[in-house]
Amino acid sequence: MNIVVCVKQVPDTATERKLRSDDKTLDRDAADGVVNELDEYAVEEALKLKEAHGGEVTVLTMGPAKATETIRKALAMGADKAVHLSDDALHGSDALSTSYAMAQALRKIGFDLVILGSESTDARTGVLPAMLAERLGVPQLTLARKVEVDGSSIAIERLTDYGYDKVEASLPAVVSVVEKINEPRYPSFKGIMAAKKKPVETLGIADAEIDAAQVGLGAAWSEVVDFAAAPPRAAGTIVKDEGDGGAKLADFLASKKFI
Amino acid sequence: MSEILVLVEHVDGEVKKVTLELLTLARSLGTPAAVWAGPGYSGDAKAKLAEYGAEKIYVASSPDIVDYVVAPKAELLAQLVSSASPAAVLVAATAEGKEIAGRLAVKTDSGVITDAVGLGEGFVADQSIFGGGVNVHSRVTKGTPIVAVRPNSTPPSPAPAAGTEEEVSVTLSDAARAARIVDRVKQEKGARPELTEAAIVVSGGRGVGSAENFSIIEELADSLGAAVGASRAATDAGWYPHQFQVGQTGKTVSPQLYIAAGISGAIQHRAGMQTAKTIVAINKDPEAPIFELADFGVVGDLHQVVPQLTEEIKKRK
Repeated sequence: MNIVVCVKQVPDTATERKLRSDDKTLDRDAADGVVNELDEYAVEEALKLKEAHGGEVTVLTMGPAKATETIRKALAMGADKAVHLSDDALHGSDALSTSYAMAQALRKIGFDLVILGSESTDARTGVLPAMLAERLGVPQLTLARKVEVDGSSIAIERLTDYGYDKVEASLPAVVSVVEKINEPRYPSFKGIMAAKKKPVETLGIADAEIDAAQVGLGAAWSEVVDFAAAPPRAAGTIVKDEGDGGAKLADFLASKKFI
Repeated sequence: MSEILVLVEHVDGEVKKVTLELLTLARSLGTPAAVWAGPGYSGDAKAKLAEYGAEKIYVASSPDIVDYVVAPKAELLAQLVSSASPAAVLVAATAEGKEIAGRLAVKTDSGVITDAVGLGEGFVADQSIFGGGVNVHSRVTKGTPIVAVRPNSTPPSPAPAAGTEEEVSVTLSDAARAARIVDRVKQEKGARPELTEAAIVVSGGRGVGSAENFSIIEELADSLGAAVGASRAATDAGWYPHQFQVGQTGKTVSPQLYIAAGISGAIQHRAGMQTAKTIVAINKDPEAPIFELADFGVVGDLHQVVPQLTEEIKKRK
């Protein structure tokens, strides 16, 4: 089975994240870049499926040169090779452009299964897996908390507000996974060393037959009009519980008409 | 004024609160037209949608629409965008709502904005990003604006309208029937409101200490008619099911009142609840970062404070 797992480098959620004042895009230099947390579950699921069914796991990332760190991490976990879609023309791409560019790259790579994290921790739009399924014309098996492949059939449990849906489809397909579907492995020392020798192919937009007019900040379908740091919340009242903490809280809730 | 399509969220034939919020919002920007997708439409549903301002109701009741993942709803909306030329399309910013919005954006070559917490003139959306640290105004610049609006962004208010029904038949493509839902498994949540929709959310974290102890969180929630949430530490420990996780990698909630019990308030948690209107925290550690957000905080043992609060609420009802 030819599995492509999409990963994204994002700013560390534990640090302060910013937008750039010049073009209002994500400031990638302001914070350390890390693998999008939810993508680690995608990599783990890809590796587990490969272990069970054979095949190959290719990592695909779109991002600046710095994103190679993220590729190395996925390769160190056990992926076989990587494709780095990187081109200055892609800077500032919104979800529509990104899904278009990624779909073009995926067509070029070829796949039986595409696996992604259900959203990135920076933009948090959660739309990319659905957009990819739409663009590629393959089944959308998103928000999976369980994935099972049997020959050319695939079944998932899709997380819902009320529990989950059992969903069935045929390969090829796009899958997105939620947290807790598995326990992502830590790269071993051996894995880290091996990753250095694994092939990483860099694709520019021409290589992936991406139309420059459809990507980048200039092509975006939406724009940030302006932005500002959120004003700090006004300091609240903090009391120490002296046996009446619950009652004091009830007073507060009553004063706000919640009870 | 031009039509604004509002995709109706419904469960067991009942219109969900977020749809009433979206209709209220749509009224300030144009003429709301509700879009009902799937079976379950009834006179009650019509009455509710009309009461909150739906001038028109498009009804596409084919069961096919809900038998497959997301794609049929996007096809239905794309068909209506083409036939009705609306000024905008609003959906609820739930996980599925955002996926519908995403596919619709590709189909109609339109821009999409997700997780709006407000929407004003020119369809300029308010968004709160990076865990609530930055406020952004954004807008769609190509095609029909598609906006996924977070539940609890607007208080719903009635304003009766005609609610003229129009049957819509949609012929689904093969691609839209590729991922078939074969079973829906409902897991117990009792009579509590849904987490992302609830006006009040009571969440428990590491400080709760065990799965059994979550009963005190649930009792407080029930006394307030609230939903129950959990921090990642609590779901990681297996004390509460994953679908109730609030935070960066879980649900984002924006309730009127958020009560955090035994939650330290790491940035990853704050990303899921920072836009709550009123925040209350109970934690043993006076240095816990959650107190920086709290409108009211109690430094103390939640195992004492929470049951006392529940008792007080019951007494005062």
